[in-house]
Amino acid sequence: MNGALAGTKALLYKEVLRFWKVSFQTVAAPVLTAILYLLIFGHVLEDHVKVYGSVGYTSFLIPGLVMMSVLQNAFANSSSSLIQSKITGNLVFVLVAPLSHWAWFVAYVGASVVRGVAVGLGVLLVTVWFAPFQLVQPLWVVVFAVMGAAMMGALGLVAGLWAEKFDQIAAFQNFIIMPMTFLSGVFYSVDSLPPFWKVVSHLNPFFYMIDGFRRGFFGVSDVSPWTGLAVVAASLALVCALCLHLLKIGYKIRH
Amino acid sequence: MPSTPAISFQHVGKTYRSVRGAVKALDDVSFDIEPGEFFGLLGPNGAGKTTLISILAGLARASNGQVRVLGHDVVTDYAAARRSLGIVPQELVFDPFFSVREALRLQGGYFGVHNNDDWIDELLAHLGLADKADANMRQLSGGMKRRVLVAQALVHRPPVIVLDEPTAGVDVELRQTLWQFVARLNKEGHTVLLTTHYLEEAEALCGRLAMLKQGRVVALDRTSALLAGTASTMLRFKMDAPLPPSLAAQSRVTGRIVQITAHDAHEVETILGVLRNAGCQPEDLEIGRADLEDVFLEIMQGATA
Repeated sequence: MNGALAGTKALLYKEVLRFWKVSFQTVAAPVLTAILYLLIFGHVLEDHVKVYGSVGYTSFLIPGLVMMSVLQNAFANSSSSLIQSKITGNLVFVLVAPLSHWAWFVAYVGASVVRGVAVGLGVLLVTVWFAPFQLVQPLWVVVFAVMGAAMMGALGLVAGLWAEKFDQIAAFQNFIIMPMTFLSGVFYSVDSLPPFWKVVSHLNPFFYMIDGFRRGFFGVSDVSPWTGLAVVAASLALVCALCLHLLKIGYKIRH
Repeated sequence: MPSTPAISFQHVGKTYRSVRGAVKALDDVSFDIEPGEFFGLLGPNGAGKTTLISILAGLARASNGQVRVLGHDVVTDYAAARRSLGIVPQELVFDPFFSVREALRLQGGYFGVHNNDDWIDELLAHLGLADKADANMRQLSGGMKRRVLVAQALVHRPPVIVLDEPTAGVDVELRQTLWQFVARLNKEGHTVLLTTHYLEEAEALCGRLAMLKQGRVVALDRTSALLAGTASTMLRFKMDAPLPPSLAAQSRVTGRIVQITAHDAHEVETILGVLRNAGCQPEDLEIGRADLEDVFLEIMQGATA
């Protein structure tokens, strides 16, 4: 195997192994959190809300919770791994290796996608029993899950490079990632919002990820999945370009 | 035809800039280390040793100048340069998620080396870690973690080994094990660059030395030449009373032990005369050959960076 490719594979393997060794915390805990959301919101709203005309609230909520888990865990994986390595100093093992900025990018983002999808699958497998299940256009599910997880993995990498302490990662997560995922239509259809908030929601790229992902389950969505795909692809390209640039210049890791 | 240096520093400078201003950590550092050499890099804290090694390893970037490893530029041809280097970092760092064997396999993997368990087992045996192979890194003592750092640096069989103060804070037994192992690697043809605060180690192991002070090279020569060319005699004695002011400035005092550089017999007589006139009564007086510590101190005191 080519040395550069073998190095990338080794770093990817290490990043996956890292979260897998603490899978109770990195996979099982987020699945439990999603189940709690489903139980509480489903119980309160199931008999009061119908979405897209005929879809029950619990059925509607499940894909949103799955995608939210995918996004949040993809971000958490790369950001927490990098900041831990920076603060404990063991990032030096990767810094002295002959790995290009592309190798770092592929390994960290790849592992984030693996964790995001693993948690998403876990949430889906557990919650699917709570409501009638349908999967009308599965390709959209895969496309939006992978692209969304990749974007969040890259964003986590940017946050991990920028942050100098755990506090800053927590702030990034709590003040940017959490509000943007919560306000993206996970718990409601954006179509039901007042006009102003509807416009605001349409400026949030997370909305298009959730909406496109949900399209795969029900075959209906608030906006065209092609519009969603264009917005998500553009956001992904932007974040990846920023991430690769920061890795190339060794932002805050090579002095 | 001259061989390609194992390590080449050419006019290397490094300035750290911050809102508080610029700090010059390295200033026009130039020297080569030949293949197979055991080379020592000495200097007081803050002299720039770790900065120089960080630039060599790709952990920092030079503000100017060029650094090459076996002819490979560490910036433009970094992959080949890093494959040739094994770095033992100064800080005692480890990844708490993995066992010793996992850490070594992963480190080899980053360099594109797989299925090298035979070499990993050999490293573990030589470094006294064979029974710790499956232990988690968190369970190891400080000395054991230091040995793993050495193994990690060697796992991809680099021809050039860089040890940045590897024996800082480790016990005598580990120091002996480590130096026997590194000396063996050097005999087998590996180039070794060592920074250390233990000058007796440098004197015993290094064929050639560079001394840094405030980011500049203030001495560069064979260890034997440095020992022969500088202060050749050392006057040592024990004394309870304070030294006369005229001698205090040129003396090194460790508790009761006083050491004063004397270049010839006349100077020894002069020093003894000053002590006698001051009413001092030195005990256990001896005149000996200067060691590297004396040379180091003399150069550091004399050099104007």
